[in-house]
Amino acid sequence: MARMKSKKSMNTGSSNGVESVQVEGLSQSKIIRTKFFRHRVAVTALVILIFVILLSFTSSGIHLGTDTNPIHIQGWWPLYITDIDPDGALASICNGGISGCPTMDLLPSFIDGSPMQLGAHPIGSDDIGVDWWALVTRGAEQSLTVMVIVGVLGITIGTTIGAVAGFFGGIVDAVLMRLTDIFLVTPTLILGAIIGQKFGNLGVVPLAVMLGFFAWMGLARFVRTEFLTLREREFVDAARVAGSSNRRIIFKHILPNAIGIIIVSGTLLLSGAILIETALSFLGFGVKAPDVSLGLLISQNQASFLVAPWLFWWPGAFIIVIALCINFIGDGLRDAFDPRQLRTIPKVKKSGRARKSLV
Amino acid sequence: MMFLILFGSSYLSYVLMAYSSDPLAAFGESTEKNKAFLIKQTIIQLQLDVPPPVRFFLWLRGVVSGLWGQLDLGVTRFGKQPVLEVMGAAIPVTFRLVIASTILAIFIGIIVGLLTAIRQYSRFDYSMTFVSFLLFSVPVFWFAVMLKIYLAVQFNDFLVDPTIPWYAIVITGLLVGFAISEMSGLTKLRYFVLLGVSAGIISGLLFLASASKWFINPTLGIVGVAALALSSGLVITQLSTGLRNRQSLIASMSTAAFVIACYYPFQALLAPSSNILAVVLMFVITIGAAILIGYSVQKIDRRINIRTAILTAIFATLPVVFDRFMQEFQGYYQSEAIHGRPIPTLGQSNDYLSEEQLNSFWISGLDAIMHLILPTIALTLISFAGYVRYSRASLLEVMNMDYIRTARAKGLNERTVIMRHALRNSMLPLTTILVNDFAGVIGGAIITETVFQWKGMGKIFKTALDTFDLNLFMGVFVLGAALTILANLVADLLFGVVDPRIRVRK
Repeated sequence: MARMKSKKSMNTGSSNGVESVQVEGLSQSKIIRTKFFRHRVAVTALVILIFVILLSFTSSGIHLGTDTNPIHIQGWWPLYITDIDPDGALASICNGGISGCPTMDLLPSFIDGSPMQLGAHPIGSDDIGVDWWALVTRGAEQSLTVMVIVGVLGITIGTTIGAVAGFFGGIVDAVLMRLTDIFLVTPTLILGAIIGQKFGNLGVVPLAVMLGFFAWMGLARFVRTEFLTLREREFVDAARVAGSSNRRIIFKHILPNAIGIIIVSGTLLLSGAILIETALSFLGFGVKAPDVSLGLLISQNQASFLVAPWLFWWPGAFIIVIALCINFIGDGLRDAFDPRQLRTIPKVKKSGRARKSLV
Repeated sequence: MMFLILFGSSYLSYVLMAYSSDPLAAFGESTEKNKAFLIKQTIIQLQLDVPPPVRFFLWLRGVVSGLWGQLDLGVTRFGKQPVLEVMGAAIPVTFRLVIASTILAIFIGIIVGLLTAIRQYSRFDYSMTFVSFLLFSVPVFWFAVMLKIYLAVQFNDFLVDPTIPWYAIVITGLLVGFAISEMSGLTKLRYFVLLGVSAGIISGLLFLASASKWFINPTLGIVGVAALALSSGLVITQLSTGLRNRQSLIASMSTAAFVIACYYPFQALLAPSSNILAVVLMFVITIGAAILIGYSVQKIDRRINIRTAILTAIFATLPVVFDRFMQEFQGYYQSEAIHGRPIPTLGQSNDYLSEEQLNSFWISGLDAIMHLILPTIALTLISFAGYVRYSRASLLEVMNMDYIRTARAKGLNERTVIMRHALRNSMLPLTTILVNDFAGVIGGAIITETVFQWKGMGKIFKTALDTFDLNLFMGVFVLGAALTILANLVADLLFGVVDPRIRVRK
């Protein structure tokens, strides 16, 4: 494929950096990497996302296992969601008697008189004195865990079903696609709510696993379409003539060519997963107390927004930042995998024409 | 085929739901004397003696008999009300919530998508891309709470003294002017002229509104209606045929003039005692007039002239309706039930309105509109993002087609190329998305209804899940499924209309 593309770009003339790189005859993965890293917004989003993930996982630490047999690795943040500090919350009072206000003060003393400091609870604490940073990072950790598990499961199942349906065609395809349709017609929130009702109180991992089993439909459809076109291509015939088994053709010849669509719809699935998880938790069908997740934190504190806005801002900010980053990364990946993007980057002619339009 | 899929899907949901709950669990700790009787009664009423995989078919029999008018969806778990009755009250509520926001989202989404596509890679395009990604990533419940605080509460506070400080007027004017000039795609001097003019107009209007306390006594009057009618006539003519087409312009302008001339007669028609029929009648009159005008202007291109005139009539009559609702606002605002806080944050209607107010179509209508504002904004903005992305991508795809080059090559102006050749073809893939969205509406309404405490389908669905009410749950599901079938049918028919290559076979 790389060869075909470089031929095309030679014909159109190489004014663009990526195109000249392509003419050198680099591998496809290298071209895609180059194109992705030239997408400034996507790279920024990637950096921010990695930062957020590291921040939330390291500050609350790793907490796995059951109640009787827990595994706790304390993070760098001294407080955890089980540490209740009512005195600290009462010590910080603002807004006319609301306790647990943020102790963070980012303005240096020559502006507002008080020195720059973080304090005991930089972003405040909740009404019983649990540190809000501990709660929010723990919630982000849980939401990210759900997102990753749902994503991995959804991508695996979706790719498998789509690949099998698209490659073998015929009756296998018909049966698998009707199955996909059945799941697709059932609204995700309905499926999720049933699952959440049953598995929500078991903890985050079982919930995520069950959600993952019902998140593969869109991806399976895309992969199937891709496989349907790819299996008619000459290189598949060549491989078959050379005596390759079906398995080898799927894994070695078709799958690498379909990886673009898988990655792109995979990122969409990830950002959908985090929103579904927060929505379910908000409705009370997802993660249940005493465990936390970002949606649950918002749901528990929506009434106190006017008096204690920090209880509301921070979990929301985490959700938005995570979902926004994933969306931008997905956008960058789509551009990187799209061969047509090569020729459409400088659009001077078109915008000149557009100016005249509609005026 | 569709029915087979729906059958599978509902079987799946039924069995999943049935096995995820035990309706008799509530009796486990009950100490009532007639416990055995109650258990027995529940078993009989909910047919619990049949295992779920088989019980599904008993339930299905009730649904299928809906074909000959005996729809039976069973009874709810508590209270044993027929599911059909419970749903009947909730369906209109949800539809009221969803229809307005869907229409708005499609309308604004397509316009913005069109603008970003023809100004691809401009500042406007980039900022709209960012905004739509941001809206994609915002959870609707979080956004809804933000709206409650920053829009409803603050606006209600503002109404106590509805004067806008001068710096806010200037800044708003500049911002809007900036947005307009970015959208226009002009450069250099003309860019700044447009910015200045539009900023001046917006600031002037805001100043007038502030000085005349317009926000607590809003009205358009004949001047406002005339301005809106004439400008919408100009815009519609420009978009559909271009202002060069004199005949078309005459048709739309005379339609607008007709609506303006009828402003005072319409006030009599829309008297306080009138109801929705008066509004319908008004639209019938103006559209009828539009058809006559369009027909009589010119022999050639009659269809186009009539179409332009009808569109103008609709968009010119809408301000008359708005104006009528605005006339009630002051009374509504000052009434006991409102307490001077007209934008509510919860509920679907005000329970404290007096009998007389409820009976008036205009006051109860205004009340419904006020309650719709926040949920509609929330739902619109969330789904608007999707439409912007889809319509932009689809239009860009079409703009690279060979027939667009052909259209340009034969000398058509850019407006015709975009509105006739590109936009229509780019609407094709959008139809499918639109229809699927509409079918998924009930799922989407759950969160919004929870946040704003509406008592619609979403509320029922949540109750059903909270109380493991199988029949109620499946009732909501059937409605969703019926909508899906209907939506697919509509999509097929719409495809036939939008795309002449596709004919619906009998």
